[in-house]
Order: sequence, then structure tokens, then C-alpha cells
Amino acid sequence: MDEIAALLEPLIPSLRRHAWALLRDSEAADDLVQDTLERAISRWHSRRRDGGLKAWLFAIQHNLFVDRIRQQKRRGIHVGTDALSELTIPQPEQEDHVGLQDVLSALDSLSEEQRSVILLIGVEDLSYEEAAKTLAIPVGTVMSRLSRARERMRRYMETGRTTVLRRVK
Amino acid sequence: MTAERPIGEDDLHAYVDGHLPPERRAAVEAYLSSQKDAAEQVAAYVQHRDALRRRLAAKASEPIPARLRIANVMADSRPHSLRGWKNMAAAAAWLLVGSAIGAAGHAWITSGTTPAQQPQQVAQDAIAAYLTYVTETAHPVEVGANQEAHLVQWLSRRLGKPILAPNLNAQGFHLIGGRLLPAEASPAALFMYEDEQGKRLTLYARSGGGEEPTAFRFEAKGDVAAFSWIDKDLSYVITGRTDRATLLTIAEAIYKQMETRAPISKDKL
Repeated sequence: MDEIAALLEPLIPSLRRHAWALLRDSEAADDLVQDTLERAISRWHSRRRDGGLKAWLFAIQHNLFVDRIRQQKRRGIHVGTDALSELTIPQPEQEDHVGLQDVLSALDSLSEEQRSVILLIGVEDLSYEEAAKTLAIPVGTVMSRLSRARERMRRYMETGRTTVLRRVK
Repeated sequence: MTAERPIGEDDLHAYVDGHLPPERRAAVEAYLSSQKDAAEQVAAYVQHRDALRRRLAAKASEPIPARLRIANVMADSRPHSLRGWKNMAAAAAWLLVGSAIGAAGHAWITSGTTPAQQPQQVAQDAIAAYLTYVTETAHPVEVGANQEAHLVQWLSRRLGKPILAPNLNAQGFHLIGGRLLPAEASPAALFMYEDEQGKRLTLYARSGGGEEPTAFRFEAKGDVAAFSWIDKDLSYVITGRTDRATLLTIAEAIYKQMETRAPISKDKL
């Protein structure tokens, strides 16, 4: 158990940050992280040793997150044309100033797929290969999503658009 | 530029992310120095990435909540919730059953598995434990706070319920450790805290009492004050030689920390 704790606990701050960036709700984010850790522990001995612990953990969390979104959809909770629009309304916090808040709004202007890529690579420092493993997509797809995400964020930041166009899937 | 591979978007992103080998990096820098639009684009990407990191940094530097400690996650395993995610049919069935049975079913199940205990008795036991152990200088606790993860896991296992040692640093008390105590139906857990002046508090917890949270109940014996409450079928008592208002603040802080734990009641059924 000590070995598991020694390897997993250093990654918990990253998992919490990522979960919060996706869900924007501290409780829901920590629920997601807790489920991620539970699943990681239950599958600890079947994990691939060569693949990298970080990518493996983020993959578990990503899959649980996607499952949760689907589950909420099926339960009939209205989640809009973009599965995340209800979940990612930025909540102003005291320490925000206008410029910083804009970054989260810009993040919200992205599709869920783009958001995951930009967070995993730009914030959690995953390599392109690790991001590809995490999201179970080819590296080329990671690159094209990253490219579109960054361009979209730049347009958003430059035009300061307040109405967000969401991609209809 | 000579016969090098032409600069691509992938190079620009790898440059932003610091993933380029030195040679390629130099080539990209040379390219950017002559291409104003691309240079602006790259500068904006870097700026936005950094802003996003700054905005999210606070979340990663927060102290990890107790419920996410690996030892606690292991003690508070919720396999049903995981299965539920995969299997929507089962989850939907649960929802139907849950709403049909409702509170009545809940009460029946909890009263069927745990004997009702007198809250007063629990508080008396807690005060007795406080009086016995706070004066102890050599062995106030069985397991010290330096082994908190082990302590919490051990006590959770013996209580048969996930329990955590609340963090009372904000109230000026730090955990010094805990011990297992005999009690009526199942054992009780005792956590001990100490402040800068050596003043001690104990948090006593034992299984039973009912799922529904109760109000705080005040009890005093001499100069010892205690607040007890019940939540998620655990009875808690915080005890100390302190005034009522201070102790209530601490009790509320503990209650709040226990509440941040995800509900586990439905998985217990």
C-alpha cells in the first residue's frame, strides 16, 4: 500500500487541477479524482509498467469523466448541444481579476475534445505521445486538435467575444 | 534556411511546449525572427498557455483533501459507484428502487443493522475517554500522527466505516495521533489534538446512531465540555476543556470536513 501511495499521491494535485478545469466545481472534481484513484488502485496490478503512470491515471480520469457526461445525458439532465455547456459556466472567485477570468472563458469556448488536449499538454505537461495515449487517439489527431484549440483560444482572446459559439456535434 | 525540412505548425506547437530538440528549436527561432505573423501567433499561444497555468495553479497547490489520501481511498472504496457508471441499467434500477423505498426503507435498513444507542451514553463514554487519556504524557495515543494514513485506515477498518482525522490546523490544533477503544456494539476511535499551549482535544467516533445528521448536542462535566452529533451512521463527540463557543466552532469545522466526503450510504446497502 505504501508503494501505491508513494507513486499515486504526488500526482493527485495534477488530477485535481485537471478535474476542476473540466468540471469547475470543487466537490464534483474531487469526486471524480476519488473515483479515479479507486479505479487505479483496483487495477494497480494489471497496469502496464512501460506506459507511464501519469498518462495511465489521466486516461482513467478522462474515461470516467466522459462516462459521467454520458450518464448525465442519459439521465435526462439537460446539458445543451455541447455536453459540457452546463458544467463549465465559470464561477467567479475572489482572487480573479478580469484578465485571468478571460482565460477560463476562452477555455469554455472550446469543444470538450479541444479543451482536454489543451489542458493535458499546456497545463499538465503531458507529451504529445502521452496525451495520445490518455485520449486513445493518434498523435496526429492530438496535434490537429491542439492546433485548432490554440487558434480558437487566440481568436477568442483577441476579439473578446462574449457570446460563445459552441460546436454542434 | 538551407535544405532543412520546412517549418510546420507542429514545429510551432512543439516550440511553444518546449518539446523541440535544440537544433530544430534554433531553426524555428530563425524562422520566427523573419516571420512577424507567425511570431505573434506563437507569442500569443505562449501567453495564453501561461495565463491558463496561472489561473489553475491555485488548485494544484491546495492541500489534498483527506478523502483523497490513498489510505482513505482504500478504506472508503466504493466499487458500486464505479460499476454503476459502466452499467446504466443497474444504475437506473437503483434510482427506481431508491425513490420507491425512500426514507422509510432507509430507516428500516439502518435500524435493522445497528442498535439504537443513547446519544447521552456515547457522550459520557467520550468524556471518560478524554479524561483518561488527555492527562497521559507518556502514551497519550497508540499510533502517532506521523503514521496518520495507517491510523486512519486501521480505525476505519475496525469501525467498519470510513472515518477520517479532520484537519484542525485552522483552529490552532494539530493531530497527535489516535487509538482504538472498547465500546458497546463495536469499537470506538479516538483522535487526539493539541494546540501550541499543549491544550488537548479529543474526537471520539463510533458506529451507529442513524444515517440522518442530527444537531449538535452539548454536554458538560465539570470544566470539560463536549459536543456530540450523528452523521452517516457514525456518532461523533468532540471534547475539551474549552468554552462552549470555541468548541462549537471546532465541532462545526469537523462536521463540514466530514461532509466533504462523498455520500456512501447507498453503496452500503
